[in-house]
Amino acid sequence: MKFKFWGVRGSIATPGPKTLKYGGNTTCIEVRTDDNNLIILDAGTGAHILAQDLLAQMPLKAHILITHTHWDHIQGLPFFTPMYIPNNAIHIYGGRDMVTGQGIKRALDVQHQYSFFPIPVGHLKAEVHYQDVNEGVKFKIAEATITPITLNHPVINFGYRIDCDGQSLFFTGDYEQQYNIYSPEDTEYEGFQESIDERLSTLVDIIQGVDALIIDSSFTSEEYTQKKGWGHGSYEAAIELATRAQVKQLYLTHHEPTRSDAELDVIYAELLENHPNLDFELHLAQEGLEVLL
Amino acid sequence: MSTISEQEIIDYVEAMPAFPKSVNKVIHLTSDMDSSVKEIVTVIESDPVMTVKILKVINSAFYNLQTKVSSIQRALVIIGINTIKNLAISVAIIGILKPYRTKYFDTDLFLEHSLATAFICKSLAERQGVSSMHSSDYFIAGLLHDFGKIVFAERFSELFNLALEKSYQTETDLNILEKEYLGMSHAQVGYMLAIKWELPVDLAKAIEGHHQLPTDLLGHCLFAANQIAKQSKIGASGNPIINPLPIESIELFGATAEDLIEELGGIPAIKATVQHLIGV
Repeated sequence: MKFKFWGVRGSIATPGPKTLKYGGNTTCIEVRTDDNNLIILDAGTGAHILAQDLLAQMPLKAHILITHTHWDHIQGLPFFTPMYIPNNAIHIYGGRDMVTGQGIKRALDVQHQYSFFPIPVGHLKAEVHYQDVNEGVKFKIAEATITPITLNHPVINFGYRIDCDGQSLFFTGDYEQQYNIYSPEDTEYEGFQESIDERLSTLVDIIQGVDALIIDSSFTSEEYTQKKGWGHGSYEAAIELATRAQVKQLYLTHHEPTRSDAELDVIYAELLENHPNLDFELHLAQEGLEVLL
Repeated sequence: MSTISEQEIIDYVEAMPAFPKSVNKVIHLTSDMDSSVKEIVTVIESDPVMTVKILKVINSAFYNLQTKVSSIQRALVIIGINTIKNLAISVAIIGILKPYRTKYFDTDLFLEHSLATAFICKSLAERQGVSSMHSSDYFIAGLLHDFGKIVFAERFSELFNLALEKSYQTETDLNILEKEYLGMSHAQVGYMLAIKWELPVDLAKAIEGHHQLPTDLLGHCLFAANQIAKQSKIGASGNPIINPLPIESIELFGATAEDLIEELGGIPAIKATVQHLIGV
């Protein structure tokens, strides 16, 4: 199995001279099984660049796993050109929104509305299928097994574990580990903490031992104190989770949109310096980076 | 006698608004970006309608959660506060529950009784060594045990009033008369809804059996909490009959209802906690 980053930026695309190295496109990761089956994790603006690459491979069968429906993870869908070409089959997977009760199809329908996009969703030429995913309910994509788990974010967000060819990876989508909303003196504090710990253990069990963990780590620890509850993780929280789950490689992604290449380089150097004895490889996700597991 | 259909109940509850105070609080708190998360959770957990509607969504077959969720706090840890907040808003915008006040039943007093039962049920669970994480499930069981009554009062008020009237006049347990006049007791309605919405089976069974001899710890805590709330005259459930604690419960707690009230700090202290929950 191998994977390639086509978008690593959080929130909004950030093209320009300051993001040439790590890239300015929003989340999109291409995963290929050994049999060359195509799984795409999220369809941020990076999906548009990926689509250009895929044009030489028609007819195409693609499985797109959407972690959640915030713009930076779906904005590339209407620009995913294989959807406009007959004989392609696109399978889109995602969680059902709890507030509207609607499935993942809505992410596409809304973007293709008259006011927002010139081509109605009915004009897609490929065969497009939609599938709900459920917490802990595994499903197969060709020979790959996918395990979804709900992760804390300000909208329903699924992390996905992919097991295939004896290898595994886990992608969180956007994720902030839930913090305790109570103060230690509140009677609810302890019980809430138990719930947090229980939930974290469930996540660690699912991630346990993966070859690659790709995780939302938008903030430094200092920044995080000001951004608690925004739904994104910190570099340190990512390293802690990776250590606990005994992963083999850790990829920090969802780079904060105002972060320049130079700033990311400094952060990376500091992380390596502060954690000299990690049992896993530590990397910053970078657009164009391909990893063979 | 006339009877009501399950479908009528289900249809009504789908569009049922929540209690005025919590609707106003949710609208106020969610319009303020700086409002505290714990305050929002407390408001939701102080309203049976809001709570039940959120638990209904999270436990629905659409999401197929491996472990059923029976408290808002645990729901929050799984799906995050923003989704909980928006679910609460979607309930709040339905409108507010119209007050129902007759000689025998009053929505404000009903809410007070539900919250008193919730608080006492949770306290008894903790007293019996239930972990803090699970004691919030006991709170919810107390909050929702009489949910069927508020459905009767709001949707089938005439028949419910006949049952209430006869219950007071003949000093007969309201459950029996609900079955006679409405075809189902409030406990059966609560159970039916809980099963229909795929809430945890333990919770559904506790609601169904809260007037029967308890068979498990949740049952014992809920039965005792309900009777203690009535005996202490905190709010009013609409049922004039107060049942003594079964001998099995007294043995389990190693205490009578009076002992338990004393342990909880006495009636004024329990009342004050309930008032605090209502006022949040």
